[in-house]
Amino acid sequence: MSSHTYDYLDGNAAAGELSAIFGMDVTIAESQCAHCGAIKRFAEAHVYMQAPGVVARCAVCQHVLLRLVKARQRAFLDLRGMTCLILDTSRFLESGR
Amino acid sequence: MWRVGTVIALHDETATARTITLEVSDWPRHVAGQHVDVRLTASDGYSAVRSYSIASAPNSEGRVELTVERLPNGEVSPYLTQELAVGDRLELRGPIGGWFVWRTQQTEPIQLIAGGSGIVPLMAMIRSRASTGSAAPFRLLYSVRKPEAVLYRNDLQTLSDRDNKVSLTYAYTRATPKDWPRAPGRIDAALIADATWSSNLAPTCFVCGPTSFVEGATDLLIASGHGRDKIRTERFGPTGDRK
Repeated sequence: MSSHTYDYLDGNAAAGELSAIFGMDVTIAESQCAHCGAIKRFAEAHVYMQAPGVVARCAVCQHVLLRLVKARQRAFLDLRGMTCLILDTSRFLESGR
Repeated sequence: MWRVGTVIALHDETATARTITLEVSDWPRHVAGQHVDVRLTASDGYSAVRSYSIASAPNSEGRVELTVERLPNGEVSPYLTQELAVGDRLELRGPIGGWFVWRTQQTEPIQLIAGGSGIVPLMAMIRSRASTGSAAPFRLLYSVRKPEAVLYRNDLQTLSDRDNKVSLTYAYTRATPKDWPRAPGRIDAALIADATWSSNLAPTCFVCGPTSFVEGATDLLIASGHGRDKIRTERFGPTGDRK
């Protein structure tokens, strides 16, 4: 389950970029993996930031959940690895609570 | 989105770590455990963004303290720890994160486990506990290379002396103080059994540090009976710090 290269971070590490897009905190959002079906908090995903973009993988099966690339004033967000992202709309980013 | 913070104080914690105190005029109160993104932009427009945990307790004065560890080949940390001066301005995004946080309403026992500079967001939790008069029992297990690398040593001692519900255990991995009872080494099952809350008390555990450290400590907690759903982690990556 855990990789031994240890080159990943948590969903938390991508939260700044993603919250700028979603307008709310995504670390407490629940995401369902399209591959294994596990529902986990996005904070628990394994995030790789050393690529030209951000890649989040399922902490259970390691399949790609999300890819984000920013280039030329655009953000390319690929969410096909999730069947669902459940956001708590009562918690908006600016309050931080 | 991006706010501007003005540096109002700088304090060297160790030979390689510096605490930067910023005043941010429209800062929303943060929660202990959250982080910020810091953006530096060069005169040619090139910019670099890095994440740093907030070390200070939530406050209403718009004050944010970040402790930055200098990485030998870092692109951002050498500037923040060596060149940044009082009066300089930094761009900040945040506070970020609603998962790796301790809220003052939480009354259950709290187990904090830090590896190296992973102490920073956990220090914010200990400071938040003290500033709000919370009675939640806290234990900190702090793994660090050598005595000179300990961050916040005096603050931790003061907060622990003042309240017997905050206990500290240091685990040195390379070099120990003279006559230290435990040989240098990583956190192991015996230390987890001796120095952390039993899983019977159902503590919430916060583990922060380099990715390999977090994996090791989490496995030890699970082996000693803690539920995975009671363990929250924040990984800093392979180098022991965020890039």
